[in-house]
Amino acid sequence: MKNSIAERVSDFLKRFPPFNMLDTTSLLKIATQVDIIYLEKGDSLFNKDDAFHNHFYIVRDGAVNLYNINDNNKNVAGISDAGDIFGVRPLITQENYKLTATANEESIIYGVPIEIFKSVTDKNVKVHKYLITAFATNTYDPYTAEENGKIFVDYLPNTSQDIANFQTANYTKSPVSCQENATLQEAALKMCEHKIGCIIVTNDTKYPVGIVTNSDIKNKIATGRFPITTAVTNIMSSPIITDKKDITVANAQLQMIQHNISHLGITKDGTPNSRLIGILTHHDILVTLGNSPSVILKEIKRAKRNKTLRSARLKANTLLKSYLDQNIPISHIVKIISKINDAVNTRAIELAIKKMGQPPVAFSWLAIGSQGRKEQLLFTDQDNALIFDDVPEDKYETTQTYFLELARLVTKALNKIGFEYCEADMMASNTEWCKSVTQWQDQFKDWIFKPNEKAILLSSIFFDYTHIYGDKSLVDTLTNTIYESLDETNIFFKFLGKDALKSPPPLGFFKQFLVEQNGDRKDLFNIKSRALMPLIDAARLLTLNKQVKDVNSTYERFEKLSQLEPNNKELFDSCAYAFKALLKFRTKQGILNDNSGKFIELTTLTKEEKLKLKRCFKPISDIQESLKLRFDLKNVM
Amino acid sequence: MKFNWFKKTQKNYPAFWQEYLDSFTNEAEDTIENTRFVAFDTETTGFDKKKDRVLSIGAVSLKNKTIHVKDSFELYIKQDIFKADTVKIHGLMKKGSLTKVEELEAIKQFITYIKNDILIAHHAFFDYSMVNEMLLRHGLGKLKNKFIDTGVLYKKSKHIIYQDNLKNYSLDELCKELNVPKTDRHTATGDALITAMIFLKITSRLIKTNNLGWGYLLKS
Repeated sequence: MKNSIAERVSDFLKRFPPFNMLDTTSLLKIATQVDIIYLEKGDSLFNKDDAFHNHFYIVRDGAVNLYNINDNNKNVAGISDAGDIFGVRPLITQENYKLTATANEESIIYGVPIEIFKSVTDKNVKVHKYLITAFATNTYDPYTAEENGKIFVDYLPNTSQDIANFQTANYTKSPVSCQENATLQEAALKMCEHKIGCIIVTNDTKYPVGIVTNSDIKNKIATGRFPITTAVTNIMSSPIITDKKDITVANAQLQMIQHNISHLGITKDGTPNSRLIGILTHHDILVTLGNSPSVILKEIKRAKRNKTLRSARLKANTLLKSYLDQNIPISHIVKIISKINDAVNTRAIELAIKKMGQPPVAFSWLAIGSQGRKEQLLFTDQDNALIFDDVPEDKYETTQTYFLELARLVTKALNKIGFEYCEADMMASNTEWCKSVTQWQDQFKDWIFKPNEKAILLSSIFFDYTHIYGDKSLVDTLTNTIYESLDETNIFFKFLGKDALKSPPPLGFFKQFLVEQNGDRKDLFNIKSRALMPLIDAARLLTLNKQVKDVNSTYERFEKLSQLEPNNKELFDSCAYAFKALLKFRTKQGILNDNSGKFIELTTLTKEEKLKLKRCFKPISDIQESLKLRFDLKNVM
Repeated sequence: MKFNWFKKTQKNYPAFWQEYLDSFTNEAEDTIENTRFVAFDTETTGFDKKKDRVLSIGAVSLKNKTIHVKDSFELYIKQDIFKADTVKIHGLMKKGSLTKVEELEAIKQFITYIKNDILIAHHAFFDYSMVNEMLLRHGLGKLKNKFIDTGVLYKKSKHIIYQDNLKNYSLDELCKELNVPKTDRHTATGDALITAMIFLKITSRLIKTNNLGWGYLLKS
């Protein structure tokens, strides 16, 4: 018999997880068995300690409050509105309810029979993971939910992407080679010059006859078996294994495994008896296969042009994406990507110095803002600054001019690589942010002792500095001055505190997201300013206050604070956790939309994403309350 | 032929109808929580109870404020009478893809479904008469169920000073007033579900204001 109602129920269910993970037939099977329950405001569907029902529930219309009732306390553990599921405890564990579900307003609830649901979703891993997440979210407060770690589990299984195996391998063209009559020393010098680990020995017809690798030098020279003046022919491994230029990655790998080698010569006809045209190393294969961070780092270090840096940084993005897909912990991802970013910066600076000639005095290149906090996962703005050693007054201008020019080259290179210029011109190429150590010290003192709105705005960017390149002692000098100055004043913290409270937690009544009210960003959710910044600001303020040095990333700052103040461990841990989750969220959104991920269109989010996002907001309000008390901010507001 | 004007002879009813009739004789009183209600609606070829025919019947059952989707009823009936001008309302064509049953079979299924439970319909008298005509055509008696008209019920839920007794609220107006989504409006099952929702909403209002007298509501 046709059942139009079941069809309508199914139409509704399929819009929401976990039902959207089911096929139409399964869904209709479930829908046919659903109970439609009407709740008047205040009606309870189940109470704490009630025996479990044979159903779990999804809100069709209205909203249901979940209360945690202990003794005489009644705390709202969550509000479920249209599309939210609740009462999933009996699905996971056959225990009495821990919460009370009461209609917050007139509501219509669908009751989904567990038996049918289980039989239909028996082997559906995605569904199970979703339910566990929902279970954790509805049942526990964020502090304890963190324990089960399952909140980060993704719903989409990892898909294999090994098409790369059948691509043609990218070999190095015009490889570095030396003649048969060269000495080992000459060959080694050549290898150093090109920063390579092997050199091919060719005869006078340019046919490859052998190869000298780092390990040959280690095994045969460093051990004293041959002098460095010996001929390369004494040292080289011969013959060299060769192949044609259209060799596939999979084939090349096989060859290497078969012969236990890591280099293949590429010749015109594939045999050693023709002209050498390239070399294929194990490293090249890894590069083609994508993406190991060490390979990318190597590529960056060897890069001779900004273009190469750009392609390496783009590979890092692919890497980032696959890491996110594989659910590698965000702290690990952050470390790797910031390492790569630092390497890109370093190499860009090295290349610029090469062009400019050696700098007149020691200097330190600083990353500030998000890169300084090592939280720059996507391509975002570049924020940087430069400190150079003190010079006599008459030389100040020429010295500064050199560094400004250097900075101009570096920022231009970074822009080419993919890091946008900073809109506010907070870059080392700006006279204001390219100064001697003494001038920087004065600058920070000025901010600390004479705080005003502008000073606080700048502080929030400049206090998150990290040394990237050059002489780190310059930075340490600056850091010491800053902490000495902070000891002498309290007013600066009040200003920072006030600033940290400027964005309240981003949830309004009924847990709806606060979105942008006007402008072309209307109705978009600004995850950066509304969710990430409050945590970043709080972490900075507290670490400065505690005189914590050299811990820059926000989650690490919270973790450090949690060590320093064991009685606030829960609060800080929940902040660290929320921050990581939010950062991951922003990064995923950024990758998805190919932008900075700053603004999120809420309508594009799935129910489960909204669920996760909401969970991260409680620590924000908790930490803000704590700041108010700690820095006595009520009167400053 | 013998005439017997005063003593009703025991007619030879089909088994389902006899069972139906019997179920009313030993009816036990039950609490409202345990009472099964059936909200139903019919789609017809028109409004003339003699000339027009029922094309489809939809119904849902509710007990203790819960509608069980699996216990819903949806039926399409084969009819010789067909009026093209009402197709635009209910969308039921003479030769549609839907499986249709003969009228007697439809009656049998419907009666078995509703049992002796309380019926709910909007402007119930129309649906009630249409079904009764159908029953009469097959030599059966009228429906014996108690029934509730949501149109009447709604008027009762309004405060006395707003009770404009002249006005009859349409299903659409009630949907708007009570914030019931108009899904599948003008299909029998869709309207039955809407009617059930309306019933739930109004009764909960009446219960809240202590104005619900069940006995008073029920007509038989």
